[in-house]
Amino acid sequence: MMQTIFHPADSRGKVDLGWLKSYHTFSFGNYYDPARINFGALRVLNDDTVEGGEGFGDHPHDNMEIISIPLTGGLKHRDSMDNVAVISDGDIQVMSAGTGIFHEEHNDDPEEKVQFLQIWIYPNQLNVEPRYGQLTLNKAARHNKLQQILSPNPDDPGVWIYQDAWFYLGNFDKGLQCVYRLKDKSNGVYVFVINGHAEINGRQLHTRDGLGLWELETITISFFENTELLLMEIPMNF
Amino acid sequence: MENIEILVVGKHEQITRTIVRLIDGKPQWKGSAAFSVEEATRLAQRTAFKVVLLGAGLSRSESDKLREYFKIPVVQHYGGGSGLLYAEIYEALKAK
Repeated sequence: MMQTIFHPADSRGKVDLGWLKSYHTFSFGNYYDPARINFGALRVLNDDTVEGGEGFGDHPHDNMEIISIPLTGGLKHRDSMDNVAVISDGDIQVMSAGTGIFHEEHNDDPEEKVQFLQIWIYPNQLNVEPRYGQLTLNKAARHNKLQQILSPNPDDPGVWIYQDAWFYLGNFDKGLQCVYRLKDKSNGVYVFVINGHAEINGRQLHTRDGLGLWELETITISFFENTELLLMEIPMNF
Repeated sequence: MENIEILVVGKHEQITRTIVRLIDGKPQWKGSAAFSVEEATRLAQRTAFKVVLLGAGLSRSESDKLREYFKIPVVQHYGGGSGLLYAEIYEALKAK
């Protein structure tokens, strides 16, 4: 029987460091809620806003698949593998932290804010060689459909990670419906509404709400406003 | 009140030391670093650890040896920084 967990936008953990405002769907940093540790292999969904010219200084990661999706503005990346790059709205960045990587991320603009989603997925292999990748997506390809932006397969559309997960972005017009069929029915689906108003299996979702669903084969999403969403198919047993 | 002693075992020295520093930043928590199974078990003979975190770089057999040796929660640490660290420790302390 289908199971769901609903995370309203205003129930998320909030952090305000001045230069950084972040909303944490799951326990992160000093925000700890034992009822909100993870959704299967999805461990972090942070909704970050960084002030102009500010950012995260050099810090380490290991054994985690870290995905960044800019929503507005540009983020400058630098890491211990000598990668230097800027990602902006329409791009996606992935790091397999593996045995260990140091990196920094700064707002590339001295004035304008940058907004981005930071997503961490538990890897299906420990201690892989660290890896960095980024890709510019064709935003037009997600109008009224789900555009695959991440998968476990290097040859598939989007970036890839060390986990059997699939991510999609979609921009849907008001009044439409979308059906998603899971690739593996033992997986779950986590839907995060970036902007708009949708309904999934009777649950109303507004901007920045999240809904996890599992023990199901398909989901139907109805759109009551023009809506931008992120859909993630995630292993529940990993 | 006694400190809660937490052992971090990992092969990446900089990251392991960063994690210990983050642990030490929390009131009543005290971190120690070990870079091998032998060093971890040696430290355990003089400190009553409450939790062991397994960091990056340990082989499966090294992780298995540590899980077998310690009779306290031994948890895989993911992420290599402050993001998940505190929740992992809170969860492990709850489980002990």
